[in-house]
Amino acid sequence: MTIGLDIGSTTIKCVVVDEYNQIVFSHYERHYSQIAKIGTKLLTHIYKNVIKTKKAKMMISGSAGMGIADRCNIPFVQEVYATRVATKKIVPDCDVVIELGGEDAKILFFNQGMEVRMNGSCAGGTGAFIDQMASLLDIPLDQFDSYASKGEKTYTIASRCGVFAKSDIQPLLNQGAKKTDLATSIFQAVVNQTIAGLAQGRPIKGTVVYLGGPLTFMENLRTHFDNTLKTKGICPQNSLLFVALGAAYCATGEIDLEKTISQFSKQEHSENIVFLPPLFADEKEYQQFSERHNKESIVQTSYDKDHPRSYIGIDAGSTTIKVVALNEKKELFYSYYRSNSGSPVDSVKNILTEIYEKFPNIEIKGSAVTGYGEHLIENAFGVDTGIVETVAHLKAAQFVCPDVEFVIDIGGQDIKCFKIHNKTVDSIYLNEACSSGCGSFLQTFAQSLGYDIKDFSRKGLFAPRPVDLGSRCTVFMNSSVKQAQKEGVSVEDISAGLSISVVKNALYKVIRVSSSDQLGAHVVAQGGTFHNDAVLRSFEQELGREVIRPSISGLMGAFGAALHSMTLPVEKSTIISKEGLKRFTHTVKNVNCKLCTNHCQLTINTFFPQGKYISGNRCERPLAKGASHDEINIYQWKIDRLNQLDIFDHDRIDENTIGIPLGLNMYELIYFWQPFFSSLGKKVVLSPPSTRQLYIKGQATITSDTLCFPAKLMHGHIQTLLDYGVKKIFYPVMTYNLEENRGDNRFNCPVVAYYPEVLQSSIDQLQTIDFIHFPLDLERVKQYPKKLHRQLKQYFPELTVSMVRHAVDSGFEGYRAYKKELQEEGMRIVSLARKQKKNIIVLAGRPYHGDPEVHHGIDKLLTSLDCAVVSEDSLILDEKKYPANVLNQWTYHARLYQVAHYVTHEDDMNLVQLVSFGCGVDAITTDEVREILESEGKMYTQIKIDEITNLGAVKIRLRSLLSTVNSNQKRMR
Amino acid sequence: MEISNVQFTKEMRKTHTILAPSMAPIQFSLLVQVLAQEGYRVKLLTNEGPQVVQKGLKYVHNDTCYPALLVIGQMIDALDSGMYDNSKVALAITQTGGGCRASNYIHLLKKALIRAGYENIPVLSLNFKGLNKNSGFSITYPMLKKGLAALLYGDTLMLLKNQSKVYEVTPSSSDDLVDSWVRKLNEQFSANKGSSFREIRKNTRQIVKDFAAIEKDRSRPVVKVGIVGEIYMKYAALGNNHLEDFLFSQSCEVMIPGILGFMLYAIQNQIEDVRLYGGSLLRKAVMKALLRYLSRLEKMIIEEIGNNSDFTPPRFFHESVSTAKEAVSISCKMGEGWLLTGEMRDLYALGYTNIICVQPFGCLPNHIVGKGMIKKLKELDESINIVPIDYDPGATKVNQENRIKLMLAVANERRLEEKQ
Repeated sequence: MTIGLDIGSTTIKCVVVDEYNQIVFSHYERHYSQIAKIGTKLLTHIYKNVIKTKKAKMMISGSAGMGIADRCNIPFVQEVYATRVATKKIVPDCDVVIELGGEDAKILFFNQGMEVRMNGSCAGGTGAFIDQMASLLDIPLDQFDSYASKGEKTYTIASRCGVFAKSDIQPLLNQGAKKTDLATSIFQAVVNQTIAGLAQGRPIKGTVVYLGGPLTFMENLRTHFDNTLKTKGICPQNSLLFVALGAAYCATGEIDLEKTISQFSKQEHSENIVFLPPLFADEKEYQQFSERHNKESIVQTSYDKDHPRSYIGIDAGSTTIKVVALNEKKELFYSYYRSNSGSPVDSVKNILTEIYEKFPNIEIKGSAVTGYGEHLIENAFGVDTGIVETVAHLKAAQFVCPDVEFVIDIGGQDIKCFKIHNKTVDSIYLNEACSSGCGSFLQTFAQSLGYDIKDFSRKGLFAPRPVDLGSRCTVFMNSSVKQAQKEGVSVEDISAGLSISVVKNALYKVIRVSSSDQLGAHVVAQGGTFHNDAVLRSFEQELGREVIRPSISGLMGAFGAALHSMTLPVEKSTIISKEGLKRFTHTVKNVNCKLCTNHCQLTINTFFPQGKYISGNRCERPLAKGASHDEINIYQWKIDRLNQLDIFDHDRIDENTIGIPLGLNMYELIYFWQPFFSSLGKKVVLSPPSTRQLYIKGQATITSDTLCFPAKLMHGHIQTLLDYGVKKIFYPVMTYNLEENRGDNRFNCPVVAYYPEVLQSSIDQLQTIDFIHFPLDLERVKQYPKKLHRQLKQYFPELTVSMVRHAVDSGFEGYRAYKKELQEEGMRIVSLARKQKKNIIVLAGRPYHGDPEVHHGIDKLLTSLDCAVVSEDSLILDEKKYPANVLNQWTYHARLYQVAHYVTHEDDMNLVQLVSFGCGVDAITTDEVREILESEGKMYTQIKIDEITNLGAVKIRLRSLLSTVNSNQKRMR
Repeated sequence: MEISNVQFTKEMRKTHTILAPSMAPIQFSLLVQVLAQEGYRVKLLTNEGPQVVQKGLKYVHNDTCYPALLVIGQMIDALDSGMYDNSKVALAITQTGGGCRASNYIHLLKKALIRAGYENIPVLSLNFKGLNKNSGFSITYPMLKKGLAALLYGDTLMLLKNQSKVYEVTPSSSDDLVDSWVRKLNEQFSANKGSSFREIRKNTRQIVKDFAAIEKDRSRPVVKVGIVGEIYMKYAALGNNHLEDFLFSQSCEVMIPGILGFMLYAIQNQIEDVRLYGGSLLRKAVMKALLRYLSRLEKMIIEEIGNNSDFTPPRFFHESVSTAKEAVSISCKMGEGWLLTGEMRDLYALGYTNIICVQPFGCLPNHIVGKGMIKKLKELDESINIVPIDYDPGATKVNQENRIKLMLAVANERRLEEKQ
């Protein structure tokens, strides 16, 4: 008899096979990180009831099995390898295996040199991801599949990692999207993630086998894979047990089962786990801590019938709804704090009903709403006004601590921090989509370990040795927890460790403090997550000082909104009446906007008796609130200008046509190459500005999942050109950019410089045409035209040196003309904005951030907020070379420093920096740009962009910036 | 933030200890001695532990490349440790001066020092491009000559140790031999010996003979694994979680391409730049002469190894260039550039068909020449078995080792197939 034991990240699987390789016993169980206990029980059962002798062959596999195998002296086989062994035996004609596990995704290719792909450490989980999404949608996991089968519409959900997808779903939920549609969209996201992340250019075809929990249990997920891969995959019998079976098939040596069981039960912590000091030394210390924080900072009272005048504040957060009601003395007599169960409108309806029932004679004098669902709730219930989250939180914090210098708010899925200077918000720190694991992260973790969040965090308070889990994105934390679990760390120590991680993440990743003095003496910590004493304690420990946590820390947004509603110049609130509420209905409809080429997916919410709310739009046009703002938007001008080039026509492709992909440096250099090639008598055809479809088209050949999005898009552009039937594609390798005399050198970043090489290596179809991608230094071409001629001659033998020289001249003429035009347009926008007294925002990035799929319409968002938008390359800057604190050696980045210096001298200008996720160079530029701006008292705003399409967080950031800018301007007047 | 430039003055040579990160342990321990003889007191940092990463995360932008985060974290941890008189300490960091972010390490270090309250500590940049000059530190001819010899010896010692260790009958006999040679070479350097062409040949021959004499058990089932990647991660145990040791524990023979190749690569790039884009022909001529000189040394060492033992000598640089060209344009010169791709092909050609490509988080060039080339390399050599491993502050050792084990499982299967 042979035992195959597969210890995975969430489950334990075991088979016993006889000498004919027939399964005589099998078992599948979730282990909730109690591997030693469950494993011992299982092996004892096998020993006593199945094998009944001491001698057996045994092999361990699985991502959590390695350490245990080592310590118990049982042979170990890597799990992917085990899968392969089992598949070869059971489905011999298999070509490709797709296996989704708890936190791993794998693709195995069997032919042409067996190859295995596992998800990278940044790609997030899959099974665990679906778990997480199910709890987010409040759907039992076993019904998730049937929900997905009823979906009619697929939303675009980022597939790069679980956290991104989550930030896409949350707002959709808040906007009233249907759960069935979301479930099906989540499946599609899993499929896209698996294919984009793992196939890396290798086609998935032939006999496809599906393995692992999610693909076994969820038929509809298989259907999604089938449809995307255009195949019909097999999900064989025992598909959950393949790793265990493979382990059994690999086993050779015999073991002593009795001895193994005793070793197994004695699993202890190994050395490579790092522990931290406990949160509290003893019970007494905890009591002192509790007393200090339980001091009433906001008076809570009961409703007084004789004073019915009240104010209501609503905070419609990402996962929770918070509501407070205040009397005229600013005392709180009603509060509500609960999960929104995925439907904020229903939640608010119930709350308001409850308020009207509890306080029959209530007289609502004012109401305000804040948070992610601000506009939805405002429109649904006739709330008097909406208020930006940061401002609401500031108002509340100033109420409890007038001298507050720093507010940190850790909510369900976001961290908001701001410094306060002169009573106004000075700088804002929001977590980027990649580190948004905050409160909801703790919660889903608690749930996955089988605990309620309250019990879970309380367990951590007196943990003797909190485990150090690191402070990066939550996907990484997931694997750190996994490691701790498999080393047998207790739930208490994990809980405390998670709380500490949340704090470290906020401090070092979001705020980036290096000393607590940076935060100032008066720190207010609020948001639901700080209700958790473990988090609060580790925050104080990490800062090395005491902070203020208001007694209603989770309600501060709602409280601030209520305070704000008191200042409104209204007699009576417009909020829905008791009668109106009884008749209230809410319907949701999805349509595609046809007003421009963006084709936004709109969600139309209609409310009865009144109110309508449209979301999903990137601009104001479907709302018909006034004309477009294109005339004060340089990003729109850039796209219009590209269209004027008249090189998008791909109807008549012939031997004389040269395809150029529109991405990265081509956004600028196309103005060189187009006249260059026409001077040589060639026709240029350009791929169109990116769209989601274009991205999907190329995603299968992307080689690195942590690469920046603009580079990933290049695959789609090349594929589009290939589909046009172009026979020559031109995209030179450019180590150097043009000299602009602003920096110490004129490099391109490595990705911009060498991406053609990756395309050449990863897209097979490029071998069938001329992919012209020789190395080129455009700056030196003027001096050395022969070198360019020599390169071009390989493809165009008819060219002469003088033709090339002439073409270079035309190219530079075109390029310079474009730059001049661009700057004239920039300055025109600036002077127009000044005439109209608008704020001017320099939306600074790189030329390729002009791609609408890259900037996701942030330009239009800004114009809709009544700003004029210019870019870093559209202002006429002085030629002065400013000293930089970094090596200023990249041409595009030197522009950023230059424009930052420029902005510091212009009162009505502010800079917003666009940063691509994964852009390594921007780790350097962002700090430098921030320092330049802040040294002159300007605010710095950074927006990280990726595949992510939701603009919710971006909007908060921009509105906060504008609210600060406006209040500063008022004060100056 | 105003960054002042604290100078390392001539007087400080006598009073200050220069703390430098250790990268390739053997090569760097030899280099330190060379500097010591020139009057510099240099100490290689070896402090490890979670606080190193923590301090890196605290003082360096978290999206920065992992090596920078580690090296700076290690330096600040050393300053915090109380082991040094911080008023008599200077820091040294290398600066490559190319289009890669690594050229900015010194600035990141200076910013981090200000944040940590160490703004008065002088920082030395070690580079050949005249960046960030310091009056108290200058590279002299004897230093260059001995330094070059130190690197060559270090490369040879590393190569032979890696080819002996897994077979050694007496545990640690290979490591002991390395230690004894480091001592021997240091003695020679202090007597101003050991750095001429003739002496290098003599020493190398003896090193080869000594390693060949180590008692080995060649019957052991061994997998041959090559390591390539970002230069710090490739060599430094702090960066790659003691990858070499892990591989030895898994019965692997390891090959890590030496530092000489990187130097030749940097020179070749200058020649290539002029060839491709135009520029100073004088510079090109000087670089060509330098390349010829170093190639002569390279040839001598390869021949000494090849003629006097069964060990696998490294490949000739000119061979690397031509095989790299089949996969990638050699105009890719940022970071490790085309050399990284070339080294993977070299390793394959030398019989190290199983390759670990160490990728630090946030390394831009590696997206291109590492992960970006794997598909191409498989097309060229179907049986090449590459696994890219990501390293960052959050990645766990267990995950990394699990991936490596998969690669080894495939390698072992192939080894058995070949046997049959």
